[in-house]
Amino acid sequence: MSKARLMQGNEACAEGALAAGVRFFGGYPITPSTEIAEGMAKMLPKVGGKFVQMEDEIASMGVVLGASLAGKKALTASSGPGISLKQELIGYAAAAEIPVVIVNVQRVGPSTGQPTAPSQGDVMQARWGTHGDHPMIALSPWSVREAFDTAVMAVNYSERFRTPVILLMDEIVGHLREKVELPEADEIEIYPRRQPGCTPAEGYRPYAPAEDLVPNIADFGNGYHIHVTGLIHDETGFPVGSPKVTREAIDRLHTKIEIARDEITHVEEYCMEDAEYAVVAFGGTARTAYEAVLAARQKGIKVGMVRLITIWPFADQAISDLAARVKGILVTELNYGQIVNEVERAAAGQCPVELCAKYDMTIFEPEEILEAVESLVAGGNK
Amino acid sequence: MRKQIRLSGSGGQGVITAAIIYAEAAVAAGMEAVQSQSYGPEARGGASKSEVIIDNGPIYHPHVSVPDVVLAMTQKAADKYYGDLHPEGILILDTDLVPEAPDFKNIIRVPITKIAIEQAGKSLFANIVALGVLTKVLQLVDLDTVRKAVAHRVPPHTVEANMKALQLGYDSVE
Repeated sequence: MSKARLMQGNEACAEGALAAGVRFFGGYPITPSTEIAEGMAKMLPKVGGKFVQMEDEIASMGVVLGASLAGKKALTASSGPGISLKQELIGYAAAAEIPVVIVNVQRVGPSTGQPTAPSQGDVMQARWGTHGDHPMIALSPWSVREAFDTAVMAVNYSERFRTPVILLMDEIVGHLREKVELPEADEIEIYPRRQPGCTPAEGYRPYAPAEDLVPNIADFGNGYHIHVTGLIHDETGFPVGSPKVTREAIDRLHTKIEIARDEITHVEEYCMEDAEYAVVAFGGTARTAYEAVLAARQKGIKVGMVRLITIWPFADQAISDLAARVKGILVTELNYGQIVNEVERAAAGQCPVELCAKYDMTIFEPEEILEAVESLVAGGNK
Repeated sequence: MRKQIRLSGSGGQGVITAAIIYAEAAVAAGMEAVQSQSYGPEARGGASKSEVIIDNGPIYHPHVSVPDVVLAMTQKAADKYYGDLHPEGILILDTDLVPEAPDFKNIIRVPITKIAIEQAGKSLFANIVALGVLTKVLQLVDLDTVRKAVAHRVPPHTVEANMKALQLGYDSVE
């Protein structure tokens, strides 16, 4: 019998996190993310995990960092207003190198905005929501199956790089139910919690980088002396007021992810073999963009789609290569215009980049994107 | 074969649950299905809408563009949601809760809520009566598969009553 079943995006996200080894969830409910918390509340106790509903979103972020430092893979989920509250501690996780996954099921903002209509307005917040120079990894699924897959990836990347990872979902995918077949446990690759390579007696330095520039910090309670701080620290984990240590620390935070950039920057192409134009899309909007591309093809327009799965780090190389081979790029996003600036930067003037934006609580209709494609093509043939 | 279905009513009538069950039945029958929903900020009493798209092939854009069938369980829902119905589509109305039927060619009127109260025992079963009506009208998923989907989703002690409600709805349409 087929394992296919109807499942919601948020449910699949919870299933994916669990499959990747998450054993702690701390959160505070907010639509359209609540089903993730509900899923974790149902499933975690059955596998010996813990679910805690905290008093607010800030505490929810704090408690997952504590759980992660104590050795549990940890997850929290929220939406715009809650994600804004979590920002200070997301920066703390980046600085103190604490693995954690934050799911943001985006809704219309700013502030409480339009509860709980779909939006993709938190793209730049995901990158720069917390202050200071820090790297960021953010992934955005377009289907229920991919909500599962990117949840697994997010947990794996957070563990591998010891960094916060944002799973940037949107209401479209979060609340969508569709037919899905999830992989078996033995088909899923899991990155285990990194462990120190030496005993506590051997002069263990918790923040000394391994070969891949990521430190093997011991989990609390295993006999190692560890000091965790948001202040810039040296390999001992204690703060140091030195320009050299500061520069090296910030360099390493960035470089540990930069050297793996190609490997973690996932992009998918559709109908691009002979394409003269391209639509760039991500998340739930890519579903509509793809229908528009198929409709344009019916009309004889040679257009394809490039879908960003990894939002951060941005797919500079893929977009630069794309701009070199097409006559124009249309960026579709459910916001006032955010990722379009990144596409323009990466395209670096090699071809025109146009924006198809929407920010009125409703999702795109295929016709709207088709019209924008036709307008791009008309401009290109002038 | 794409079929686009919209179920509408007011919060608490269970149209979203009915849509989920129908989509689950379609998946069990081997088809592709997507289900989405929208409702106002109030959980109960506000406008409530759920859409199901069923196809043999993949479904990308997740919302209904031109519905083939619209079910309306309140006057407000009927007025608001029948407008973009396909000219050859079907509008299913709860006879008593939609006293003023919109001006549309193919209308099926069924006293859905009345059947639920008088024959199934509770107004709570109105959504399952409606599901029976939809199953008959759509002829897409067989009744037995829908039965299994209902049984799978409702509380165990209500399975029997729900089966009755489903059958009543199914039999209420020629």
